[in-house]
Amino acid sequence: MNFDYSHEQKFLKDEARKFLEERCPVTAVRGVLDDGGKPFDRGLWQAVAGMGWTGAVIPEKWGGTGLGHIELCAIAEELGRALAPIPFASTVYVFAEAILAFGSDAQREALLPGIASGAVIGCLATSEREGALSIEGMAANVVGGRLSGAKVPVTDGDVATHAIVAACDEAGPGLFIVDLAGEGIAREAIATLDPTRSVARITFAGSPCERLGAAGEGAALLSAILDRAAVLFAFEQVGGAGRCLEYAKAYAMERYAFGRVIGSYQAIKHKLADIYVRNELARSSAYYGAWALNSGAAELPEAAAAARIAGTQAYDFAARENLQTHGGMGFTWEADCHLHLRRARQLGLALGGLPLWRERLIRTLESRNAL
Amino acid sequence: MDFNDTPEEAEYRARVRAWLNANAPAARGVAHGHEDSESIAADKAWQARKAEAGYACITWPREWGGAGGTTAQSVIFNEEESRLGLGSAVFGIGLGMCLPTILAVGSEADKARFVAPAMRGEQVWCQLFSEPSAGSDVAASRTRAVPADDGSGDWIINGQKVWTSGAHFSDFGLLLVRTDPDVPKHKGLTMFWIDMKAPGIEVRQIHQADGGSGFNEVWFTDVRVADSQRIGEIGKGWNVALVTLMNERLSVGGEAGPGWRALMELAASLPGVEGHGSALQDGGFREKLADWYVASEGLRLTRLRSLTALSRGETPGSEASIGKIISARHSQELAYEALDRLDQYGIVANGDVASLAGGFQRNFFWGAAMRIAGGTDEILKNIIAERVLGLPLDIRVDRDVAFRDIPRGA
Repeated sequence: MNFDYSHEQKFLKDEARKFLEERCPVTAVRGVLDDGGKPFDRGLWQAVAGMGWTGAVIPEKWGGTGLGHIELCAIAEELGRALAPIPFASTVYVFAEAILAFGSDAQREALLPGIASGAVIGCLATSEREGALSIEGMAANVVGGRLSGAKVPVTDGDVATHAIVAACDEAGPGLFIVDLAGEGIAREAIATLDPTRSVARITFAGSPCERLGAAGEGAALLSAILDRAAVLFAFEQVGGAGRCLEYAKAYAMERYAFGRVIGSYQAIKHKLADIYVRNELARSSAYYGAWALNSGAAELPEAAAAARIAGTQAYDFAARENLQTHGGMGFTWEADCHLHLRRARQLGLALGGLPLWRERLIRTLESRNAL
Repeated sequence: MDFNDTPEEAEYRARVRAWLNANAPAARGVAHGHEDSESIAADKAWQARKAEAGYACITWPREWGGAGGTTAQSVIFNEEESRLGLGSAVFGIGLGMCLPTILAVGSEADKARFVAPAMRGEQVWCQLFSEPSAGSDVAASRTRAVPADDGSGDWIINGQKVWTSGAHFSDFGLLLVRTDPDVPKHKGLTMFWIDMKAPGIEVRQIHQADGGSGFNEVWFTDVRVADSQRIGEIGKGWNVALVTLMNERLSVGGEAGPGWRALMELAASLPGVEGHGSALQDGGFREKLADWYVASEGLRLTRLRSLTALSRGETPGSEASIGKIISARHSQELAYEALDRLDQYGIVANGDVASLAGGFQRNFFWGAAMRIAGGTDEILKNIIAERVLGLPLDIRVDRDVAFRDIPRGA
């Protein structure tokens, strides 16, 4: 039993923090926020790929770094803390994980080296309409190896080179890999609550595609991909939530009201203690998810759902109570509070919202014969 | 990061299981406040058997009779023992708080005298800190110890303690008293051990809000103690108390009574609103159950993180305070939900705490107690804010005032 990062992993995490403090200060995040024509920070993306992070868990034979998932989790925590405005989650937590775990040898050969080098940017296109996703009810369809339909919103869909698209074919729901440079594809960027990450509407009109995994297994496959990604997202959430607590504490220690720093009032002290408690519980659940992901444990579905729920709740809470602690200043554009308020919602929705994950969790517990 | 046992841990677990299968008595499930002489005798016998086999106080040093084992071994044994429903509160305060204090700051004579008998379950300990006017503000203790005027060096103690778990069946107690009211409150305290059968001590069980009587008032009238019973220096009692309280936060905090699994089981057995399926199929219930599962698991895993720090020789921080903030509130919330799902029947008293409904009804009351006992929610949040986050201490008007001059209520 060992329930913490190892010394080597802590070292890697410290190095990642130093790197991001230099290369991804909040001005870099604002560079994307304030420039409508800049979907992400390309310089940072190439630097991150150069560090070997996009290929962190990709084996060396495909150009990757060959690290484990715990190391990737440590990197994810730092990227979340830094609000990195790059398509890392879509490419690494979702696309690369899916290809690594469920792709054919040919698909791995074709895509993983590009992910490791930063040339390939991936995305996951599932949503078609408002409301919770049901893969059985997809309108997108594949006939004779050609995909048709519209997906919206697709995180990083406007900048991605490749997509995994959920669609139905004669065998039922499936997942299909699409080269977005192919024919019949139209993309447009759409405005979202978090402009530091880009999002698109993608339409496919008879676009060539290739199946991921076995025919008719789309629902199970998507579920497994979401579980893996949820753990990695949870580390970004834990990183962001921790940063919010740092901000809130710093402000509470410098802002005076009624002749005292506001951090000396119990109303603020207890609020910050509440954030701390939620953050620590979320960290513990994320660690458990990391272990399940890294070791291929059978408990991954419940571990991932718990990490997802705790991570989403902790980050949303920390972000909005950080803003509250800042008072009126917190509701200005120049204060950084809204950057986390936005990102917390972005991370909390991109893989499906809390109602979906709570239901996934309870169904898993029921299937475990927990009764 | 690894949740699997190492080969050594797996071997130890197998050994523990085999030993428990051969030696463990049947679980009795006696709740706090419902101990009787028979249940206490059974708990003592079980403790003695564990001690004999090297499974009591696994991490304590060998020189004092402990097993000199690792934190991981201790966790494994506790997991396997509690799987059989054999955890007992009778020794929790002694072995979890009082004896660790004696091991840390007691004299060699005290250690030689007390550690082994406590570990074998022969002697039960209680903790005499809280007073009617010193609850959250425990350093405001008024119970007085004054030097005897016969030149013997003994101390004479007068006053009253309250909320003392198990005082009515304890052999010894750890007693915090005021030896100097002329200095600020934290500086005038001294710690003693005390024989609970000494003349002048009277134990009165408290009639609790839930009808039970697990806590006591302990009255001291001219109780004479020898100076050799002092633990630590005169006036340094607060430092000793902090050692005890630190251990308290480590040992309290596990969830008591029925948890998410029991609630899930109960809901599956009850009809849904207006007869649609079971209560477990109700969307609102499922959402809450998911959140409780997540918090409960988060808490269990956070404890494992603290234990990891311990096993690396690091001191776990005040994050241990998280445990009770979450678990006490949890017990209360789950109990209210269970009673809501029982609907009108939720109000019908079910005295069988082993039943699902009875267990939740007990926690309807006990949750309220747990949010207060061992540090209120509010005090624990202050501890996190001040000691973990480093926020300013509350303004204290009594800090630099002689204890006898501090304003007080009636």
